[in-house]
Amino acid sequence: MERITSHSSKHSEDINKALQWQPKPLRTRKRNETIMRTLMLIALYCTISFLFILAGSIINNAFGYVLFTYEIHPTEFSQGGEINELSHAKKIAILKENLRERVYITLDRKKPMEKRSSQDLSAIIFSRVLKASVLEAYSLFESLFQRGQLIENALTYPNADLIFRSWISPRFIRGEQSTNPLESGIWGAITGSVGVILVTILFSFPLGIGTAVYLCEYMPRSRWKNLLQINIYNLSGVPSIIYGLLGLVVFVRVFLPITSGQLFGFTSGAATDSGRTILSAGLTLTLLILPVIVINTQEAILSVPTYIKQASYGLGATKWQTVWHHIIPYCIGRILTGTILSVSRAIGETAPLVVVGASTFLTIVPNSIFSKYTTLPIQIYQWSARPQQEFQNLAAGAILVLLTIMLTLNFIAIMYRKRVQKKLARL
Amino acid sequence: MKSIIQIKNFNFFYGESQALHDVTLDFNENQISALIGPSGCGKTTLLRCINRMNDLIDDTRSEGNITIHEKNIYLAEVDPVEVRRKVGMVFQKPNPFPKTIWDNIVWGAKINGYTGNLEELVESTLTRTALWDEVKDKLHTNALFLSGGQQQRLCIARAIAIKPDVILMDEPTSALDPVATARIESLITELKKRYSIVIVTHNMQQAGRISDCTSFLLNGVVVEHGRTKEIFLNPKEKKTEEYISGEFG
Repeated sequence: MERITSHSSKHSEDINKALQWQPKPLRTRKRNETIMRTLMLIALYCTISFLFILAGSIINNAFGYVLFTYEIHPTEFSQGGEINELSHAKKIAILKENLRERVYITLDRKKPMEKRSSQDLSAIIFSRVLKASVLEAYSLFESLFQRGQLIENALTYPNADLIFRSWISPRFIRGEQSTNPLESGIWGAITGSVGVILVTILFSFPLGIGTAVYLCEYMPRSRWKNLLQINIYNLSGVPSIIYGLLGLVVFVRVFLPITSGQLFGFTSGAATDSGRTILSAGLTLTLLILPVIVINTQEAILSVPTYIKQASYGLGATKWQTVWHHIIPYCIGRILTGTILSVSRAIGETAPLVVVGASTFLTIVPNSIFSKYTTLPIQIYQWSARPQQEFQNLAAGAILVLLTIMLTLNFIAIMYRKRVQKKLARL
Repeated sequence: MKSIIQIKNFNFFYGESQALHDVTLDFNENQISALIGPSGCGKTTLLRCINRMNDLIDDTRSEGNITIHEKNIYLAEVDPVEVRRKVGMVFQKPNPFPKTIWDNIVWGAKINGYTGNLEELVESTLTRTALWDEVKDKLHTNALFLSGGQQQRLCIARAIAIKPDVILMDEPTSALDPVATARIESLITELKKRYSIVIVTHNMQQAGRISDCTSFLLNGVVVEHGRTKEIFLNPKEKKTEEYISGEFG
């Protein structure tokens, strides 16, 4: 008490002065707010418009008119109608008649003609019998707004047809890769992507979450722990191509007997003798996203309120019982959202997979984790590097498929998080 | 009166700073012992040493012994998890798990290997904490829907479900309104028939009302320890008298 009185008497003048300040008029403070708010609004609309431009340009390339030319004109088979309108049997007959025997047998062996869809047969007739080739492919924008001009242009070519084509179609999705853009599909790339990502999830979830739990709950504070933490943060910023080089050395070369499947007797079918397999690619991507998962999971675990841990320990729970029954259930939503987001980043990775040896051309669909593979981003990269417009269209179609897969994953993550949050909303 | 907890020459350190200085105290069986003192005097630290909760904090260290039922709980071979099973704890802020009332009670018993009838366990613990009639129809709703006072009684029920000998309470009513406080106090008085209770409290009247003996701590040192009546009516130390009469704190 005494001390306070003496203190205030000594500085009483200064203190009184300090209390005679004039508040800034509200108007100026509001003005600053208005400026900042406008800037933020502009930033928001910039971001959104870029996203729309991106989506627009992809869709623009995925659909549109194509100007075909034929060595044999379709009317010779269809008597004035469309090839598509012919019966299933008639189409098979045309193929049998006009294809070289060996080609027919190869196609039949891959998938019996009778079991192929009608569209599939039309497409084969289109490219192999009529020997259709693309003279020009147009974007959706051109197809919609410059249609007259396109038709005029088409008339200057003899024996050419202007047909509206959706580059993304069931046939495109289920088809195998081919040098002919009209026949080419991405089923191999989808299977490869899914396979690689499943391997990645299988390894990165337990490793990442385990590491984070150990670091947060078990490891005592020490210099060694600090060093580990710093390194994990640094690793999350290492460019992905460097992980590719690491994967090449470790998984493709050193662990070759394991990653090629030789150790387990996998040598036939789509399997490969080298280590350039789905397993190597998945493990490389695991390394890539592991630091991010660890960091995210650590943050999730640290967000668990101490009172829950204390309550659990106070009841005589062991560390593991506390982690398993209280900490993980409490933050599983956050853990999973972060993990799924990093997995969807891994789906889109191209550079490290180029390094660890994804195939650039592969007509066989992978059938095990020891198979050769290609992935959607690699496929997109290959196609978009080609100068012809039709390959750009194929790339756009593949991008749409890739984006759909990624958005689905993100959607699942968001829904899951919402559900968990609802459960915890009463906190 | 039989002594159950003996604290002997106990020192406790957070890193370099010493929080408890040479504490020597005895707590009796089936009694309520109160720890009082101004903020930061080390009473909560002392309480948390009795069930080794402080082991969970990095960079802490202790010297000296605490024995419960003549067993030293600070021996190297003693597992703190086992200690906490025998010494239950109730915290300052009601902290039920974000689970159902039922799960809150049976979880602790289950992880400690309770294999008996769960319904009986739930009913008996809730009856003992005077909560049964209020919650018997909503055992499977989330415990966080309960009022603060009910939540705290649930925490006490949860603690006694693991069959402790001692219950530690860290200012159990400081987050509650007077009515809920009164109910908890009468519950604590009821519980001392079966358990030994050590309670930390800021509330002088509360210590006076419910405790049998009281220890006054100041800056990590036990200033005075004795029967509550004696401490409150005629304290031996001047500091105790000043604190109890509200001159500082």
